[in-house]
Amino acid sequence: MGKLQGMSEASVTNSAPVRRKLSAGPLSRGDKWFFRTASIAANFAFVLVALILIFLFIQALPAITSQGLPFIYGTEWNNSKDPIVMQIGPMIWGSVLVGALGVVFATPLAISLSYLIVFMLPSRSAKAATTLVDLLAALPSVILGLWGLFVFTPVAAQWSSLLNSYVGWFPLFQVSTADNGFLGSPFIAGWIVAIMIVPIITSITREVFSQLDRDLINGALALGGSRLSVFRRVIFPTSSGAVVGGVLLGLGRALGETVAIFYVLQLSFDFNWAQILEPKGGAVASMILSKFGEASEEEVSGLIAAGLVLFILTLGINFLASVIVNRAQPWRKI
Amino acid sequence: MNSLTKASTLSSENISVWFGQRQVLSDVNLVFPANKVTALIGPSGCGKSTFIRTLNRMHELIPGAGLAGSVYLDGEDIYGEEFDAVSVRIKIGMVFQKPNPFPTMTIRDNILSGLRLSGRKIESADEVVETSLRRASIWNEVKDRLNDQAISLSGGQQQRLCIARSLAMNPQVLLMDEPCSALDPGSTRRIEETIKELSSSMTIVIVTHNMQQAQRVSDQTAFFLADDNTPGGVVEFGATEQIFNGPIDQRTNDYVNGHFG
Repeated sequence: MGKLQGMSEASVTNSAPVRRKLSAGPLSRGDKWFFRTASIAANFAFVLVALILIFLFIQALPAITSQGLPFIYGTEWNNSKDPIVMQIGPMIWGSVLVGALGVVFATPLAISLSYLIVFMLPSRSAKAATTLVDLLAALPSVILGLWGLFVFTPVAAQWSSLLNSYVGWFPLFQVSTADNGFLGSPFIAGWIVAIMIVPIITSITREVFSQLDRDLINGALALGGSRLSVFRRVIFPTSSGAVVGGVLLGLGRALGETVAIFYVLQLSFDFNWAQILEPKGGAVASMILSKFGEASEEEVSGLIAAGLVLFILTLGINFLASVIVNRAQPWRKI
Repeated sequence: MNSLTKASTLSSENISVWFGQRQVLSDVNLVFPANKVTALIGPSGCGKSTFIRTLNRMHELIPGAGLAGSVYLDGEDIYGEEFDAVSVRIKIGMVFQKPNPFPTMTIRDNILSGLRLSGRKIESADEVVETSLRRASIWNEVKDRLNDQAISLSGGQQQRLCIARSLAMNPQVLLMDEPCSALDPGSTRRIEETIKELSSSMTIVIVTHNMQQAQRVSDQTAFFLADDNTPGGVVEFGATEQIFNGPIDQRTNDYVNGHFG
């Protein structure tokens, strides 16, 4: 004890320790250049996003000031009036509705596919399946849109007709008249979106599943679990947060998709809240595409304002996705 | 939990195991009598963990896995027609090398997870939880925090929770695959005590790399060995006392005295 006290006295008389200068900076000239190039490239991305936002905002300003808040909830677009009226409420809602339908159709598909690839297929077929799904992501959306128009629409119209005749009493599946042949509905557009976002949801879900601790799954099987109960009680709860993040990333992508939906959805400036079989819908991106060709200067400003709204919406969803993914596995942090 | 099922005798007959084309075990014949603790020892890669997984049909989950021979639970072949994998695993519980409580579940839900996973009715949940935790000697540590996340427990507690989770299924046999290899000496000692207490109500098979542990907890010991490029097998099997103090085979003698492995 006496010795210990002596030591502490000694340390008291010493001056405070001198801290060394530590640096994780570049180590050589080559390093320095690498460092600079990398940081320029990294900052470039931020600058680009900021510049795009600024550009959109400046271009959209005339429309925003002349239309005011009704721009985002009103239901009229009339370029023969003076002053011109531009309101895109139904388009914004339509984007959300079609995106949501896409997610509803795509999520079960993507989760089943991931489960199959990770847990059931032998490795060779799993690789083939993964490649095929990734190829789906590489499909140009024009091709998908044309396929949707010529091949898929007639088939989906059949499904719509069936849905309407069997569960048509449910408001979701009601139509004003059956004469329209069930074409151009949000239901069909939702399927096209679903096909486009299945790959991204699948690749995220697959990744999450394959990183699951196999001991957890084996533990659940050793307790007498079946494939279904193990999925329901262990695999899915453990990975659900990350899967939701993947779904939102998919949704973010779906909202911005233009061309594919353009071919299959009947645009209308009348709100279609949830009659998904009605040939009446909206999509901001498709609307921009349809009007851009013959737009006056004022209208262009309105269309750019619509683009800005879409941009902010997508950014918001992506932000939400990243928050959810980060919070996905709170137990990891303990 | 008053109606504990009685322990059963488990035995393997000519068990050979393949992964793809490669044979890793050949002709394992062992008997695990009721209420006895059997230790499986041997150097890494000799097939002990593989063997223990054939005893509750976990082996067949590995793609390309192959098996010959039979495993009898009280005389009935668990690979036979009258059993399916799920009912085998309900009767023969398993504890893994690394503690693997379900991270999304509370302590309580972890205990009940087996009953839920296997789709069995849960009659008196509170009783099952308490009895299982008591049998795994962890009740006093967790009784006030049953609704905490299981992952908040220490490694040793997590492993005892996993034992309790298996006990909730009321198994006749408990298989333990190096249950203490990831734990500190204190936790190891407590699990060894638990093993001894449990052996009064069930048959226990434990894989261990720890010679002292085998001597402390087991009644009988099987020594596994695989020579280079040949399938593994049992070199010697007998009372623990005899395997460690008077082995018949020279290789057993070398191994238990630390000459290799």
